[in-house]
Amino acid sequence: MRMSKIVTITADLLPPFILAFGLYVIAHGHLTPGGGFQGGAVTATGLLLMIVAYSYKDIAKAIRQDRFKLYESLGLIIVIGVGYIAFLYGATFFTNWLVNTPLPFGTYVPFGPNPGDLNTGGTMPLYNIFVGVEVFCGLTIVVLYMLSGLEEGEGSS
Amino acid sequence: MILNFPFITMVLVTIIGLCIILFRKNLLKVIMGISLIESAMNLFIVALDFKEGGIAPIFTLAPLEPGVEPAAAASAMVLPVPQALCLTSIVIAVATGALMLSFAMLIYRKYGTLDISKISRLNG
Amino acid sequence: MRTITKVIPVIILLAFFMAMAASFDFGRPFQTAMDDYFIEHGQEQVGTNNIVTTIVFDYRGFDTLGEASVLLTAVLGVGLLFRRFSKGEEDEAAEEEDWQEVAER
Repeated sequence: MRMSKIVTITADLLPPFILAFGLYVIAHGHLTPGGGFQGGAVTATGLLLMIVAYSYKDIAKAIRQDRFKLYESLGLIIVIGVGYIAFLYGATFFTNWLVNTPLPFGTYVPFGPNPGDLNTGGTMPLYNIFVGVEVFCGLTIVVLYMLSGLEEGEGSS
Repeated sequence: MILNFPFITMVLVTIIGLCIILFRKNLLKVIMGISLIESAMNLFIVALDFKEGGIAPIFTLAPLEPGVEPAAAASAMVLPVPQALCLTSIVIAVATGALMLSFAMLIYRKYGTLDISKISRLNG
Repeated sequence: MRTITKVIPVIILLAFFMAMAASFDFGRPFQTAMDDYFIEHGQEQVGTNNIVTTIVFDYRGFDTLGEASVLLTAVLGVGLLFRRFSKGEEDEAAEEEDWQEVAER
């Protein structure tokens, strides 16, 4: 069941802007309000706008559901893996092993207000990106499953 | 009394959600009432950590003086810990809400109705 | 359940919650020692400008790990409820209903 003409034209024009804003909120999680969970929800809204505007049969052929399930599980496994690497440095689980070192994301930040620098933060940008991927894929899979249950229910009863 | 406005709003929204759960028969309306109570609890957690005339706990382009002492900056900023706990609460509300709505869809497919006084086949 | 049994607890709860909400001090939090430590040492120990994100992902990162697992479990549960039955599972479900009818007789 397709929606009216106004809704489909809006769903054709808006998703690139919503996706760009969502990726900005994920990537700048250590400088501005935001982070992994909030940015993942905004990015999922950009994709759900297209799913809701068109009928389920058109969209189910264009999105590969196996890839989304794989990326969601991979996101959570990599978050746990980044926490495990702290064991190599002789510290406890989830220690920040990238701060104040010459590796990427390891610049020293003095106390006080300053315009932000993207190269700072330690392991936190890594956490933000992979949790954002997990939330984005998870919310899309939930809505696709509910829509498929609706189609089968109408067909059987 | 007028200064406690967030707490009074939280109490009113909780009582409205409780009345919806007790007095309505449709299953979807009961689920809406549960979601209202969860939102009121998130508002309560965030309203506990407000300081009068405070600024956000973020140092990027903050309206502080450049050579500020740590103790003076800490007394001008709002407390950050309850905001972090509210984030976890919102995500858990989303997860339980998704599962409740899926159960409602399956109940309608099997029983044909959403009236909670008629869904009682568990009594044998 | 009768209506009067539902109305009385709601009125008692409303009075109790209103008395509690009027006695709070909005704008002057009670104890701030832990938050002062996080604001003063957050920038040199973690290296970010956003203190809320350092609490979510670095000082209290274990809670965030549990929360991400809850989200994964909810998606798994929804996927389990809406699966399509293969031919063997549909025949098994029909056999169970036949046995129940025989047992009732």
